[in-house]
Amino acid sequence: MLNMADIMETITMIQDESLDIRTVTMGISLLDCADGDIEKSCKKVYDKITRSAGQLVAVCEKIEKKYGIPIINKRISVTPIAVLAGASGGDPVRYALELEQAAGTVGINFLGGFSALVHKGFSPGDRELIAAIPEALDRTDHVCSSVNIGSTKSGINMDAVALMGKTVLETARRTADRQCIGAAKLVVFCNAVEDNPFMAGAFHGTGEPDLVINVGVSGPGVVRAALEKASDKADLTEVAEIIKKTAFKITRMGQLVGSEASAMLDVPFGIVDLSLAPTPAIGDSVAYILEEIGLEQTGACGTTAALAMLNDAVKKGGVMASSSVGGLSGAFIPVSEDAGMIDAVRSGSLTLEKLEAMTAVCSVGLDMVILPGDTHADVISGLIADEAAIGMINGKTTAVRVIPAIGKKVGEELEFGGLLGRGPVMEINKKLPSKLIARGGRIPAPLQSLRN
Amino acid sequence: MKAVITVIGKDMVGILAKVSTTCAEANANVIEVTQSVLQEYFAMVMLVEIDNLTTDLTQLEENLKKNVAGMTIHVMHEDIFNSMHRI
Repeated sequence: MLNMADIMETITMIQDESLDIRTVTMGISLLDCADGDIEKSCKKVYDKITRSAGQLVAVCEKIEKKYGIPIINKRISVTPIAVLAGASGGDPVRYALELEQAAGTVGINFLGGFSALVHKGFSPGDRELIAAIPEALDRTDHVCSSVNIGSTKSGINMDAVALMGKTVLETARRTADRQCIGAAKLVVFCNAVEDNPFMAGAFHGTGEPDLVINVGVSGPGVVRAALEKASDKADLTEVAEIIKKTAFKITRMGQLVGSEASAMLDVPFGIVDLSLAPTPAIGDSVAYILEEIGLEQTGACGTTAALAMLNDAVKKGGVMASSSVGGLSGAFIPVSEDAGMIDAVRSGSLTLEKLEAMTAVCSVGLDMVILPGDTHADVISGLIADEAAIGMINGKTTAVRVIPAIGKKVGEELEFGGLLGRGPVMEINKKLPSKLIARGGRIPAPLQSLRN
Repeated sequence: MKAVITVIGKDMVGILAKVSTTCAEANANVIEVTQSVLQEYFAMVMLVEIDNLTTDLTQLEENLKKNVAGMTIHVMHEDIFNSMHRI
């Protein structure tokens, strides 16, 4: 029998501690839409998305009402469009416009998959797609783009790294009149995963089924509140235990919603992404959890250790709560989406270098970091290469989603609104890695033994 | 299938009566009620059977909010509590 304390705990989590399902993401394979004629291909893409996901939003709304839990975003991920562009030829922007239209028809919040996987080299369609990213993200609102430039098994494609530095900058320039928002919809990955429900990096991998439902949960506010209730004298073993128990409960919610959505839509259930995804709402912050554990402010010495423990405890708690776990699974540290991170950057406590160290122990990378507008493309490429190296060596996913704030300097701010939040321009080392970047080629895959 | 109704707010006369009447109108059978009054605050958790409900859960919640004004009311399917608190 249910007891009153359990019931009140669930209600408090949802009402006061911002517990919600961050996203229900439907993965849709577009492999059967490929056609030698880009117009025919686009029509098939539109038809398949609207046919498969027509009920997605309505079903999610039903679940929200049934359980009283908000589902913040309904999203779609599709097969990397570079695959279709390779088959059809033509300008990939055409696909982006078609995806935008399909997203509007089904009423979702984001659609990911304007992507290319080039970790070992470029195949037909890949270069064209990357070249089309700035225009595609400029001319669409819902489409998100990602490019995988490295992996533990294949090394880092430095030609792609050079290209992506320029692409990020150009995307920001093209949307400079809209807070450079284009760059906030573009992620550069190392070790990208095929079943990630989170944006901007979601795409539907070619190893996935035709259709699939993946769920991402969000609950930093709940974890912080649970730690707040614990004694200040609790040792770190106890703290990890509290985080595990809370993560378990949060993930159970994701599992329930995912299996329900999957049954109602008659689409196989994929995975729950065990994540702590912050929102700009006060209290729903990963940085505040770290501060609750015992830091004066995020960025202080000890931040990496606290985050490592948090990330690991979230996974341990979540793994048992779900029948199938995947995606990025870990604590996210997107700067502009997290009130505590924003404060830490403003006060000078959190620097880019510290953030980079933090990404070695958590999901997912340098996320939503705002750079000065005059940052050189090679510096961005250098940053991407550094981050990819961390992912490649540690066998984990890392990503770079940075927004060069065109026309702005350190201390000024960009305001994206909604889940993307707002944030100050961060200081970056301006020394040029141009010779390294211009060399191109590939950083060879690392040795998997002698791991010191 | 069961749903959990929670009612929280300032205590006053007739809360339980109004909630149960609204449930009866929707053909929701009350199975269990736990309630407590702490100082002037009223908190109640009611478990109702919803197999033969004549409206849907959202409508039931709206009716309750209308009939018992001034209280914070939630109607949620029991599965959310079961999945969160039971292994």
